[in-house]
Formats: sequence, C-alpha cells, structure tokens
Amino acid sequence: MQKRLRIGVLYSRVRVEEKWIFAALEKRGVDFDRLDDRAVHFDLEKPEPWRQYDAVLERSISYTSGLYALRVLDAFGVRTVNTVEVAEACGDKLTTSALLRKAGVPQPRNVVAFTPESALDALEELGYPAVVKPVVGSWGRLLAKINDRDAAEAVFEHKATLGSAQHQVFYIQEYIEKPGRDIRAIVIGDRVLTAMYRNSEHWITNTARGGRGELCPVTPEIEALCLQAAQAVGGGVLAVDLIEHPARGFLVNEINHTMEFHTAQPLSGIDIAGEIVEYVMRAASGQ
Amino acid sequence: MKTVICPECEAQITLEAGAEVGEIVVCPDCGVDLEVTALDPAAVQLAPMEQEDWGE
Repeated sequence: MQKRLRIGVLYSRVRVEEKWIFAALEKRGVDFDRLDDRAVHFDLEKPEPWRQYDAVLERSISYTSGLYALRVLDAFGVRTVNTVEVAEACGDKLTTSALLRKAGVPQPRNVVAFTPESALDALEELGYPAVVKPVVGSWGRLLAKINDRDAAEAVFEHKATLGSAQHQVFYIQEYIEKPGRDIRAIVIGDRVLTAMYRNSEHWITNTARGGRGELCPVTPEIEALCLQAAQAVGGGVLAVDLIEHPARGFLVNEINHTMEFHTAQPLSGIDIAGEIVEYVMRAASGQ
Repeated sequence: MKTVICPECEAQITLEAGAEVGEIVVCPDCGVDLEVTALDPAAVQLAPMEQEDWGE
C-alpha cells in the first residue's frame, strides 16, 4: 500500500487564504500539521522532526522567515512549495527583474544604482516620472512615484539616511501610464488558473491598497507570457502581475511566491486553495 | 458564541463561528487589529505591527 503523505503548512497568520488551504487539506483527508513560524525552530543537526513531512507548504507573511525556513528545509532534503530558489527569485524584485531579463521576458524598464548620486544619474537617463521601489516589500508599501529631480533628491536622501542596507539599493522603474488597472494571473505548475484586473484610480493598483478585482479573460497571449514568467523564476505556485503598456503590450511587473487570492478565488469561482493543495500533494509524492 | 474584550478599548467583540487561532480580527469599535490566540476560552491579543518584509 502507498504510504500516507504527511504535509506541513508553515504560516504566520491565518488569513482567509490559510483557512481555505486548511479546509482543502481537511476535505481531502490529508494528514497535515499547522506550523506557526513564530513558534518553530530548526536545529541544523536534527533534521528528523522535519523529515516527517513529505512536503512543506510555505505561507509565511515575513519574507525573511519564510526564505530561511525554506533554505534549511532544502538542506534537510524536505520538499517545499515553493522551493527556496523560487522564494529567493520572487521575494527580491531586483532578482526577479534580473531573471526576467535573462529569460527575455518583457518587463518595464528598470535601472539600478547603489548611491543617491548615481541613482540620480540613472534616473535622469531613464526620464521622469519614474517609480522607486524597495527591493523587498509588498502590498504597495514604500513605492514612490518621482515626478521631477527635486522629488528624486528628497526620496533618495531619505532612503540613504533612514533606510536599512537594503534601501541603499536604488531600484527604479519607468512609470507606465496604464489604463487604471493591472492584471494578476494565478499560475500553478504549467497552468494559468485565472486572471483578474485590479482597477484603481490610484497609480498603485494593489488590492491591499484598495484596488478592485474584475475577471480578466486568459487570452493565449496572457497565458503564454505568464507561463514564461513563471518558468523564468523556477515555477510553482505563483501570482504573476502584468501591466498593459499602451505601445509595448503586456509587461511582467512582479511575481509573488506566497500569493494572496482572497479576491481571485471568489471572483473566478475557481478553487485556488484546492489547486494549491493538489500541487503540494504532487510535490510530496515526488512528481 | 465566543466573546472577547478588546485590550485596546475594552469593547466586547463576538468572534465568528469559524474563527481560528492565528486569525486577525478587527475591533469594530476602535479598529485595532487583534490576533485570536485561543478559542476555549476565547482570547485575543494586539496583533503584531506590520513589518517591512511582510507581504505575499
């Protein structure tokens, strides 16, 4: 008889997504443990407690905790969703951009510099307006739209003075006049499950910032681009965010590896949590 | 029905039937984020503040 698979779900907060994932695991009668990342610890000499899991689904709200947990689990030989390589590729926006560049995936133009002075030079070349983004961050936090040199000087000085070492990486993206919306596509493995527009009057269209969801048809073009983008970062359970450029068409803006789908699931009627669980079970059985 | 007292404003809050430990609820009176820390008996604490690396 086939061995019964055992799953760990590493999480920080029980958001609605985690509730749905737990329910999907229970519905399938899966043997699983809820692992609060604030309560667990790892002894690098003692992998046994973790090797009881055939796979661990990482849903940490802290990128840092999630990444290091995946790093250790990888060393223990425990399969994870997503893999540590994918978390590393998606959690850092500059790393994502670099991998998209390597794979030839269309994306907004990005420039990078390491001092306020060189960032100003880079920005003058790129042109205004532009968007300064922290390399690590989510939910639209600390994004700055820079309309002119005065604003650039102010933001760069604040970043240099107040920010951690990570803020000394000046990651600047061209500002795109998008049609009041962007697109979020949910990719699991080699399938694009669904996509939605995120409409907002504000230039930040994240639903965490008040963007409203509306179903977006998954055209062959969107599907191909999302799969290409997912593959560029290593593939898995991902949310690919696209921007519609008036002249250049769809561009991949960012990719999230512990995605939220509280809007996409009810909007699409697709059981995304169930699909995630199915993917984790396949990973657990070594497929 | 499980009720708790908001540690910030002392409002009485009724938890929904499907509430789980680790879930965040918002106090309807003062708007503070509370984390459900136990269900039997029900208990809440002020939820941790959002950190710079939090997200999806």
